[in-house]
Amino acid sequence: MLINKAKKSACLESEITPENIYRQRRKFIKMSAAGLAASTASASLLIAGCDDAKSKNSAHLNKAGTGVLASPKDTLTPYADITSYNNFYEFGLGKEDPAKYATNFPSKPWTVSVEGEVDKPGTFTLEDILKPHAVEERIYRLRCVEAWSMVIPWNGFPLADLIKRFSPNANAKFVEFFTLHDPEQMPGQRRPYLDWPYREGLTMAEAMNPLTFMATGLYGKSLLGQNGAPLRLVVPWKYGFKSIKSIVKIRFTRQQPRTSWSDQAPAEYGFYANVNPMVNHPRWSQRKERRIGEFRKRDTLMFNGYADEVAHLYANLDLKKFF
Amino acid sequence: MAAMNSKAPLPIYNIQVLKSGFFLLSCLPVLFLLYRFLFDNLGANPIEEIIRYLGLWAYHFLILTLSISVLREQFRLNRLFFLRRMFGLFTFFYASIHFLAYIVLDQYFDWMEIWLDIKDRPLITSGFLALLLLLPLTITSNIKSIQYLGALQWRRLHKLIYLISICALLHYYWMVKLVGISTFIYLFILTMLLFYRIPFIRRIKWFQGQSN
Repeated sequence: MLINKAKKSACLESEITPENIYRQRRKFIKMSAAGLAASTASASLLIAGCDDAKSKNSAHLNKAGTGVLASPKDTLTPYADITSYNNFYEFGLGKEDPAKYATNFPSKPWTVSVEGEVDKPGTFTLEDILKPHAVEERIYRLRCVEAWSMVIPWNGFPLADLIKRFSPNANAKFVEFFTLHDPEQMPGQRRPYLDWPYREGLTMAEAMNPLTFMATGLYGKSLLGQNGAPLRLVVPWKYGFKSIKSIVKIRFTRQQPRTSWSDQAPAEYGFYANVNPMVNHPRWSQRKERRIGEFRKRDTLMFNGYADEVAHLYANLDLKKFF
Repeated sequence: MAAMNSKAPLPIYNIQVLKSGFFLLSCLPVLFLLYRFLFDNLGANPIEEIIRYLGLWAYHFLILTLSISVLREQFRLNRLFFLRRMFGLFTFFYASIHFLAYIVLDQYFDWMEIWLDIKDRPLITSGFLALLLLLPLTITSNIKSIQYLGALQWRRLHKLIYLISICALLHYYWMVKLVGISTFIYLFILTMLLFYRIPFIRRIKWFQGQSN
């Protein structure tokens, strides 16, 4: 893929710490947290210690397969954390609920319908959707609006490649996505937490950006229910709720589509929802974030560190107003 | 329960035993947290889990504290009254380490961020205010203070618990993104306990009937 050329925001694979080393770091972090109670000085020694562990073992990484990256000092979040700490209200409000209630998901055949301003609409089986695309790996930062983040090695293909197959016409200005609505399989949908089904949207320019990704797996394994099986969006420069899971419908529209969280609380969640440390959420400062597995918070980067790739999309937009 | 309802006063040593028992029970949540910490059983985001867990237990103890008066008035469980102070102190204990965990684990002494949080975010402001208001109640929760202030003043001061409860309610409500069933139950219970204090509601016959 074209995307493989090195960018400022990308980093070498050798800068990524593999999962087993990462585990050790977490132990260190835990120990340092305990040490804190006794003395801050000893805690910082322990934290320094983990960086040592990382540099000594960075050679491991080169084995880990092909991939494009996130940024220096990013470490892959362990598979166990990515698959046990999820916001997916279709399966319940608790972070652990999706892993608990999505074990057999999806248990029925999957289709995706494509509608709206396209020359080739239709309803496609999952196989039809996936068949023409070569699966590639993308390592992306995921920044949740709740001020935590992960680094996830996704498998999938660019959304742009999928969209081109349906030949959108000149009226297509936005793309709208819908999650499955099936309370039988998704127990959270039996309660009116949100106006089901979950819906999200992008501008055409955002959807066609080479970073925008359709994921079918992570860590080289098929997506689990809690991560949005079998097909989900990944938009790494936007807050996590934009990356809609378990997609069954894609519609091309002239008008800006409604989106679930913006419907729910328009003052808190906008249509764009770009990661932006300068625009605070009323409940969470967006200046910093906690990387899952790390002790100290880190600064949140504009567009989640992908400004080089996407800032031009918003050149004429007041991001404080269109948050 | 039958023994509780009998009119004979409880022997002093029984009160001591009960007190010690409830004290140990009240320590269990923090001991269980320690156990989960040591056995790496706090999930993917241990800091968030620790803070939420401690906050929830502060909330539990606030509910227990406010329930004691209701139990006394509605069910004549006068003998449990000594628990009110203990539960109040445990409310302060859990709220304090909840706040301490926020300062140390979440913000890591980033005083600027902490100040901005308290100043700009109603979620944090309300929680901070609740803890701040608990402080004078904690300091004066002894016989000497009652004697020093006089019963009337002391009681007036301790009415702050209602303001604290309102702050705690808001703190909890603003913390959740969506109100699920368990959150609704928590909010409902504390709201009912506050409603019970409104004089107009206490004059309703049903409540008076229960205590006659």
